[in-house]
Amino acid sequence: MTAKTLYRKLVDSHTVAQLDEHNLLLFCDLHLMNEYTSPQAFAGLYEQQRGVAMPGQNVAVVSHIIPTHPTKFRVIADPPSALQASNLKKNCEHFGIPLFDTNDALQGIEHVVAPEHGMIRPGMVVICGDSHTTTYGALGALGFGIGTTEVEHVLATQTLPYRPAKDMRIRVDGELPLGVSSKDLVLAIIGRIGAQGARGYVVEFCGSAIAALSIEARFTLCNMTVEAGSRGALIAPDQKAIDYVMAHAPDLVTTHREAALEAWRELRSDEGARFDAEHRFDAREIAPHVTWGTSPDQVVAIDGSVPMLQQLPEGPVRSSAQRAMQYTRLTEGSAIEGTPIQHVFIGSCTNGRIEDLRAAASLVRGRRVAAGVRAMVVPGSGAVKAAAEAEGLDRVFVAAGFEWRKPGCSMCLAMNDDVLADGIRCASTTNRNFEGRQGRGAITHLMSPAMAAAAAVTGRITDARKLESLQ
Amino acid sequence: MTAPVLIEGRAAALRIENLDTDQIMPKQFLRGIDKSGLKEGLLYDLRFDASGQPRPDFVLNREAYAGASILIGGSNFGCGSSREHAVWGLQQFGIRAIVASSYAEIFHSNAMNNRLLLVTLSPEEIARLMDDADDPAANSVTIDIGTQTLRSRSVQASFELLPRHRRMFLEGLDSIGLSLTYQDQIAAFARRHWTCAPWLKDVAATVRARLGNT
Repeated sequence: MTAKTLYRKLVDSHTVAQLDEHNLLLFCDLHLMNEYTSPQAFAGLYEQQRGVAMPGQNVAVVSHIIPTHPTKFRVIADPPSALQASNLKKNCEHFGIPLFDTNDALQGIEHVVAPEHGMIRPGMVVICGDSHTTTYGALGALGFGIGTTEVEHVLATQTLPYRPAKDMRIRVDGELPLGVSSKDLVLAIIGRIGAQGARGYVVEFCGSAIAALSIEARFTLCNMTVEAGSRGALIAPDQKAIDYVMAHAPDLVTTHREAALEAWRELRSDEGARFDAEHRFDAREIAPHVTWGTSPDQVVAIDGSVPMLQQLPEGPVRSSAQRAMQYTRLTEGSAIEGTPIQHVFIGSCTNGRIEDLRAAASLVRGRRVAAGVRAMVVPGSGAVKAAAEAEGLDRVFVAAGFEWRKPGCSMCLAMNDDVLADGIRCASTTNRNFEGRQGRGAITHLMSPAMAAAAAVTGRITDARKLESLQ
Repeated sequence: MTAPVLIEGRAAALRIENLDTDQIMPKQFLRGIDKSGLKEGLLYDLRFDASGQPRPDFVLNREAYAGASILIGGSNFGCGSSREHAVWGLQQFGIRAIVASSYAEIFHSNAMNNRLLLVTLSPEEIARLMDDADDPAANSVTIDIGTQTLRSRSVQASFELLPRHRRMFLEGLDSIGLSLTYQDQIAAFARRHWTCAPWLKDVAATVRARLGNT
């Protein structure tokens, strides 16, 4: 038998039928939905008088439009957004789909909620009308984002026509230096391979640095792999992944533990499996990274500078960089460290989990948010928020002058009322620094939670490791 | 419903690499529960200034490009968010085809599912097409889906289209209806799948039930 990659095993084990030379019909174990990319899909079902094939394999979460003000009962003030939420509830009730609604204590960002309650299990295919579904590769599940037409397709059939991707392997060996996180690693990877460096591929991560990452750190890594254009990210499930799943899925432990363990042993690329592309990174060389431009690959290490245009290849790369510098109001050759910021956002499906909040809080403790800076923490979910409060992290943030908000996608894409004004520069733990993403004319610098916390207390982009050494 | 085989019209060059769907359709236009009203939102920050006035220098606001139906774009066109609103907005604006050297994966699927034609050509051909489009006097592009060829003043090229996508354009294809013809196979697959991995059956419903009303 030919040696297979983990990715191929997952595709093969979910192939219902071969549709033609290029496409197969892929079975989807779990379909996650949100309020803004699903309504037109449900409308399509009503129009065609079609049902939902397997409601128990679907789940919906109100995540993108929800306000995060620290009110007890959340009311969505914007009428169209309120309609999106009520419409989602109506659709879920009509078709018998489980829902985490606006005022559910466990509501949060879909990619935070699903794994923390054990819905994501190794070997699954998980899809969602959201590009950051690649997150689930951290547990050995193939996750990828889809559009609304495909949402409708999955609802009606629990399958998708699927054209398999190519295989890429990214090996990261060595130990990440102290104060360097998986966010820095993934930014460094995107910086080197580019915003389309993994386009057409599913990326499997391996190597000693990956093995050393916590599961939450792996979520961050796989989440942002889509920013290199990939169609999926995978890490073969190891003992750490299995322990995570067992800890979060008690129903599985009591019923099928042994059988599941047996099945998951197969979830690794075979010896000699062929990859279409390979990259290697040395974790020891990775420093904290910060984006300077308007694409996640426009990124430098904290001791680096905005590039000199002359040194970039003539053509699209240079013209994009020039355009980005105009937008981010930075001059070529200027050092990224020391750039003043006015806003800090800690949260998102990339960095809104408890370990992220701990990393930020450990820098904030005993310090104050710098004058003129507005800083907010938006936990990834109700469960993350409760866990942080049980540890007293909320008090650390509030004492330092941060706003402690309710969970949601919030300022990552600014679909709710958390929107930045023109020209405001934000240190953000999110995933996209696109033009206008956090508000028209607002400038986003992507970085890790520790780096965002350091920016909050100093008022400028700062190497968090220097602050840590003060303690 | 069959799509016309020919797309002919004016082209507009958008010299932006990695043009993301946040820019193609900004967040404030994603609040609907239907597909309407997206024409206004298309490329909003590029078309309009902060006070909502059209930017006269932006290509799609110029007289010579009124009614342009083809966009010539940079590589990795449509990257970022999965929002299909970007495709719906392009179509509502009157765009029938995009020509670029590469597309982001989700955008590509979304476009095909809505029969927005994406033509992939080499970066050199794209550069020449952009130059052609810059000259309003000679700006006309013809795309023949039947023969999979594109023609402008200085470019004559053929392009690839997967057989499935070609069928979607030429014949129309009820993709869901087609998959539903596999209903029995899907059911049989699910039975086998859940025999091997019973912990995946009703996984969402099981977890939600375990959590109770929260």
